[in-house]
Amino acid sequence: MMVENLIWGYVYPNEAEIQWSVLIVLYPYITGLVAGAFIASSLYHVFGKKEIKPVARFALLTALSFLLVATMPLLTHLGHPERGIEIMFTPHLTSAMSGFGYIYSFYLIVVVLEIWLSFREDIVKTALNSQGWKKLLYSGLALFSYDISEKALHEDEKLAKKLAIIGIPSAAFLHGYVGFIFGGIKANPWWSTPLMPLIFLMSAIVSGIALLILLYIASMKLRKRAIDHKCLHSLAHYLWIFLILDVALELLEIVSMKYESLEDIEIINRLLSDKIAFTFYGVQLTLGILIPFILLLLVGIMKNRETLKMIMISVSSIFVVIGVFAMRWNVVIGGQEISKSLSGTLTYEPVFFSQEGVLPAIIILAIPFVILVVVTRILPPWKDMEEEVPESKPKSTIKHLY
Amino acid sequence: MNISRREFTKIGCRIVIGAAAGATIVESIISNSIAAEPSSTGDYDWNEHYWGYVIDTRKCIGCGRCANACKLENDVPFDEPVYRTWVERYRVLKEGEVKIDSPNGSIDGFTDDIPAEELKKAFYVPKICNHCDNPPCVQVCPVGATYATNDGVVLVDYDYCIGCRYCIQGCPYGARYFNKEKGTADKCTWCYHRITKGLLPACVQACPVGARVFGDLKDPASDVNKLLDKERINVLKPDLGTKPKVYYVGLDREVR
Repeated sequence: MMVENLIWGYVYPNEAEIQWSVLIVLYPYITGLVAGAFIASSLYHVFGKKEIKPVARFALLTALSFLLVATMPLLTHLGHPERGIEIMFTPHLTSAMSGFGYIYSFYLIVVVLEIWLSFREDIVKTALNSQGWKKLLYSGLALFSYDISEKALHEDEKLAKKLAIIGIPSAAFLHGYVGFIFGGIKANPWWSTPLMPLIFLMSAIVSGIALLILLYIASMKLRKRAIDHKCLHSLAHYLWIFLILDVALELLEIVSMKYESLEDIEIINRLLSDKIAFTFYGVQLTLGILIPFILLLLVGIMKNRETLKMIMISVSSIFVVIGVFAMRWNVVIGGQEISKSLSGTLTYEPVFFSQEGVLPAIIILAIPFVILVVVTRILPPWKDMEEEVPESKPKSTIKHLY
Repeated sequence: MNISRREFTKIGCRIVIGAAAGATIVESIISNSIAAEPSSTGDYDWNEHYWGYVIDTRKCIGCGRCANACKLENDVPFDEPVYRTWVERYRVLKEGEVKIDSPNGSIDGFTDDIPAEELKKAFYVPKICNHCDNPPCVQVCPVGATYATNDGVVLVDYDYCIGCRYCIQGCPYGARYFNKEKGTADKCTWCYHRITKGLLPACVQACPVGARVFGDLKDPASDVNKLLDKERINVLKPDLGTKPKVYYVGLDREVR
């Protein structure tokens, strides 16, 4: 039998097949990107970091684009996708997974409202200045309310801030909770740790900021506009800080596992030195954290040389998004490659063409970018990102340009 | 009379199939002769029972008839690596290494691929769902499709399970599997369709040496209670707090 070549030692007979495939790797990866992008946008919306403003609205649209596909890998994976909605109707509350439908829906509402409030002025203006179907579309988006007086906009801004304040804990909860889905499984020594939600959250923020940096640079290049280096450096700075928090937690988990050396240490060691050695030490820690950490440190130190710095930030961001994907892989797949008998390991071999294969995973990961293109057509966030750049006026004047 | 092992198994299988598919008359005859608990079909009250299971590892000979009988009784696919019960073989070599295996869940028995003189000791351990009192699989099911009955059995509602497989991840014992045909999680039911009619689970009935004992924990005179009162008992992975209701006699420290 084929499977036997992939097994070392003794695994329980029912463990011969890996249950959670690459799609389940994708699920925490996507929700992480969502949470990270949202938190990046709230650096401006809540904490008033003005230098983030150029990408604040773009970050919200990015979060929405990925949020809309977050359920797809799960539904594709279910044995009975048509019953998936039962998680909303009859949630079994002792299950960490049962909250998903509600947390997801609540967060979706927060993100949509936040986007609506921050784009309302644009929407109303477009509605008033256009004809035919376009007028209808934007009037609909404006909910047929056209009040954009100074007072109304001020109210919007206040409400947007309140929403973002609710949004941060919900983003943290959405993703920390995904970590708990794994961290709360006592049957699996590789998953079961109270640090898991925090590790997930930090890596989520890291991946979200890195993605935002990449999308920002890419969209500016595509539109042939100048990049706001101040904004870029600020994002890089936050990326660096969260990388440190992320790696501290990840190493803390490994170090305490090894130091305490409980019953399961032998199989954990085998997992780390054999099964996921490359993806863990190589991709997750070295490529995904160490190299970006050094590059971003240099970016912080170096003077001028903006193009080089931009390249270094881009390379770091690419490494970070790859590294965080490896982190999700190492958790989801790694945890299933050790037997709960603690006496053996097995190997996950991804299939390309199948319901749980690599192809659907690629398709699902590509969809958010399509959504983002469509959404930015309807609600262009470019003004924030472009207008200020040439003379770099004080950011506070930007409001009057709308 | 000289019966080969294959024929022996075949006959055993036929008996089990016959018992499962037999008409009501056949069933009532069987239930009268080998019933675990006296019970009349139809008026089963789940509040009157609380089932338990004892495995005497010292008696198991690794014939695998239990695993075979289970697959036949419960329509578990023979051509897939999924098992509701299986038997593990532990062999401690003189050099200290422990070799564990359970080829095809023990259904085809075991082969002697290590010479006896290299072995320090060897034993078999039957495994089955522990029907825990604190079942992690029930805890993690997001829709409540897996549940514990009042008589202490953990079951899956196949018409409700969404197939997320969280319960399979949550079970520390590897007792659950994914049923591709049904698209749901699946597991041992302690032959709930049989025990509620006063019959024994198929694996218990098939065991030729009495290594598997099933009975009512609420009945002080039941076979399980007789063993629990007399023997030194352990359960699998007691540190996880799952409170299994499959109790082991003669459990070695190597067994997880």
